[in-house]
Amino acid sequence: MAFLSAPWPWYFAGPVIGLFVPALLIVGNGVLGVSANLRHLCSAALPGKLEYFRYDWKRTGGWNLLFVAGILAGGFLASRWVGPQNIAISAQTRLDLAKLGIHDFSGPAPRELFTWPALLTLKGFISVVLGGFLVGFGTAYAGGCTSGHAISGLADFQLPSLIAVAGFFAGGLIATYFILPLYL
Amino acid sequence: MSTNTARYDSSTNQRQVPSGIGLFICLILGICFGITLTKSEVVSWFRIQEMFRFQSPRMYEIIASAVVVAAVSVALIKRLGLKTITGEPISIPPKRLQHGIRYAVGGTIFGLGWAFTGACPGPLFALVGNGVSVMIVAIASAMTGTWLYGLLTPKLPH
Repeated sequence: MAFLSAPWPWYFAGPVIGLFVPALLIVGNGVLGVSANLRHLCSAALPGKLEYFRYDWKRTGGWNLLFVAGILAGGFLASRWVGPQNIAISAQTRLDLAKLGIHDFSGPAPRELFTWPALLTLKGFISVVLGGFLVGFGTAYAGGCTSGHAISGLADFQLPSLIAVAGFFAGGLIATYFILPLYL
Repeated sequence: MSTNTARYDSSTNQRQVPSGIGLFICLILGICFGITLTKSEVVSWFRIQEMFRFQSPRMYEIIASAVVVAAVSVALIKRLGLKTITGEPISIPPKRLQHGIRYAVGGTIFGLGWAFTGACPGPLFALVGNGVSVMIVAIASAMTGTWLYGLLTPKLPH
């Protein structure tokens, strides 16, 4: 049971994540990529006149939407086994974040930013609403996210994915070093 | 299909996708993926901050080993000529480079959002399952962002 309750070491977690690429391909040429579901959800919810959303989302994305529903359920199951626990980040990261005003290290995300009441604060709004918006716009523009580009794309040696991943880190570093200190 | 849609991506092509029993397997695989994202802690804002601050190799080790295993698997599938469970040949549609702008600019915009939310799309859904229910708002916001891209895409450089 220790295996179920403790966090997985990288050398188990990483290879398991990688195995989802061949698994989905074998099931029916499914390409691992979660952000495509944001497009499918838009297409289902408000297709309107935009050509980008006018396609058969049930046929094209039905399998992927089921996959993402599974992710939600899997997150629920895993959290039931674990219960609340601190993420064992490095002492230096803890120190750096404490300097920025993050003091609650329980759970997967800091409660100072990721609760419903925090939405009404500037830092909570930026973390959830602006962050989410940029994730949705950026992944659509880039044609993929961490799973679609960094895992599936790089595994297939696709140059566009390498450019995209370089962009992911450029954006992440700019935000971490220059923007987070302004609003946290 | 129109050439206009073809410009943007290949995901709406008449490509074979999982169907029938495959749909059920996708749901089960999704559950396994959600458990993996949670147990690997890649869903954690703290882990993402640690990664962008280069203060632990953990996230890089996870991503790198995932890519290696996926790459070896894909190479084996091609070498052995494996078929899907319904007997179709397996292929991965290539991403079109175009001018590369969409990957550099779109990727950077996503990177900003990744650091703000501490979550990429998979973890957004896993976190809702983990009880961080406010991430429902982040998902709605991400849909708004995707919708805006759909609106602006004819005008954006790709």
